[in-house]
Amino acid sequence: MGWVNIIIQGGLLGGLYALFAIGLALSFGIMRLVNIAHGDFIVLSAFVAMIVSAGLGISAIASLAVVIPAMFALGYLLQRGILNLTLGSDILPPLLVTFGISVIIQNLLLEGFGADIQRLHAGAIETESVILPGGIAVGVFPLLVFVLAVVCIAGLQFVFYRTGLGRAFRAASDDPDTAELMGVDKRHIYALAMGVAMAFTALAGVLFAIRTTFEPSSGPIRLIYAFEAVIIGGLGSFWGTLVGGMILGIAQAIGAALSPTWQILAGHIAFLVVLIVKPSGLFPRTRD
Amino acid sequence: MAGARVERGTRASQLWAVGITIGLAALVAMPFWGDPGDMRLVAEMAYYLALAQLWNLLAGYAGLVSVGQQIYVGLGGYTLFYLTDRFGIHPFLAIALAGPVCALFSIPVALAVFRLRGAYFAIGTWVFAEIFLLVVSIIPALGGGSGLSLTPSIVRSISSNRAGREMAIFWMTLAVLVVVFALVYWLLRSRHGLALTAIRDSEPASASLGVDTFRTKLLIYVVTAFGTGFVGALIFLQKLRISPEAGFSLNDWTVVVIFMVVIGGIGTLEGPILGMLVYIALRELLADFGTIYLILLGAIAVAVMLKAPGGLWGWVVHRYDVHLFPVRRRLRFEKPD
Repeated sequence: MGWVNIIIQGGLLGGLYALFAIGLALSFGIMRLVNIAHGDFIVLSAFVAMIVSAGLGISAIASLAVVIPAMFALGYLLQRGILNLTLGSDILPPLLVTFGISVIIQNLLLEGFGADIQRLHAGAIETESVILPGGIAVGVFPLLVFVLAVVCIAGLQFVFYRTGLGRAFRAASDDPDTAELMGVDKRHIYALAMGVAMAFTALAGVLFAIRTTFEPSSGPIRLIYAFEAVIIGGLGSFWGTLVGGMILGIAQAIGAALSPTWQILAGHIAFLVVLIVKPSGLFPRTRD
Repeated sequence: MAGARVERGTRASQLWAVGITIGLAALVAMPFWGDPGDMRLVAEMAYYLALAQLWNLLAGYAGLVSVGQQIYVGLGGYTLFYLTDRFGIHPFLAIALAGPVCALFSIPVALAVFRLRGAYFAIGTWVFAEIFLLVVSIIPALGGGSGLSLTPSIVRSISSNRAGREMAIFWMTLAVLVVVFALVYWLLRSRHGLALTAIRDSEPASASLGVDTFRTKLLIYVVTAFGTGFVGALIFLQKLRISPEAGFSLNDWTVVVIFMVVIGGIGTLEGPILGMLVYIALRELLADFGTIYLILLGAIAVAVMLKAPGGLWGWVVHRYDVHLFPVRRRLRFEKPD
């Protein structure tokens, strides 16, 4: 009973990690861009939600209606204005530019909000729980996050493989030059992709900030969780990121059950084991 | 400039060699003319420059953009503290051992992270740094989360008085800087340097011509870990105490180092010098404004990467065509040993 509970809680946490990972997987899958500032955008979204919900007097969940479009716009402009300039055969520029952006965001948040620990509130849903068959109590909110992760991935999968926009995404990913000849505006498509990635990041950031506390320096470790979920799941596979996130969450839950100091380390160890045993991840799709 | 004997470099590099000799001599004599505060700043500049040059070798020449070099700074520091405290080894010997210890640890790390390419390699090294931090924090013999201090008796074994100690550490830091420059320069001039250039220009082509790209990169990674560990031990000899957060600090040992190299000019030996000076100048000028200097450094680094990927030194070379450390064309090193 104890272990089943731990695994279920860890698996649900994995839904959040999958949401962290979607943005990273999307920008890598389409632009071959690894956004080092990804974790900081998660935290930035949480801060934006904090301002919006305080300013408009609405709950954090309702603030998503503002935060998601805002982060989509930011993502579009960021890709169009800066990141598109870094793409090419050299891996250094995108890496170092997003690294610089990461440090800028962290320190701007630190200057603006101080190092205080923050939390978003979503009302009663935070503490409600349901009893599963077998007598295991599961928080409604973690369950909701997990369901949202599944819905998001299913939606993304549909857009990617069943719509014109998805075709343009895949074309720009597989062969940007030929896609351009066919009338796909690469710069616009990349910017849209980053916008979509950032919209998911916004969702992940707000849900994360309702679930746990955050501060300006919380970003980098979220990037690492997202990265681990992507690598465990396999590059380029959206469903893979869900499995990767769940494995990471379960490993952390087991580690935490052994000793609180082992929680994060256990997740890293799970990542290392996959890296050593199956470096391409469990469900690889993209070759880089 | 007659034919094959172009070995001694350019006129600028000869002047530079003379300048560096005079400058180094003045710095070596600094304990006799400078005040301790300035000496500490110079020592800090020296170890930051050494770290920057090592990261530059790794990222700028071998294309291994590591965000996890704090592993070896911390590991080097812990080697010093653990060996002196546990086994009563003299601090100087412990510092000398920090390099080999880090090199040893770097091999399994490399074997794992080399499975990741490009930007994923960067984050992979970062994960390893987190792992080292977490593991060290749960080892009681290493002081757990609170870390270790150098006991007074160990500190006194360097020199019985404070001035003598500061002098010894100061000279060692300068010596390490010279050794690191010489090491990087020697590597770049050797056949490994040629292999690196080939790999940078085209990995498949160089592999097809018989360059063992894996071994060359592994060599550079291990050598860099060696040097970084050495510098790390010295850094924490000056600080006298170490904790996991301080030893494996991403911001202190990797973020600012990356900014220095990028701003100064990645892939050049001169760039890190300029970058280090920009970093120290900004930090000292903006000391009263919190982390503004980091924001500014980040913004400058982003702008440099977008508009002038060669950095400050790249701009100087473009404008004036000077080369102070001519590694290209196999010209001879101008630095005095």
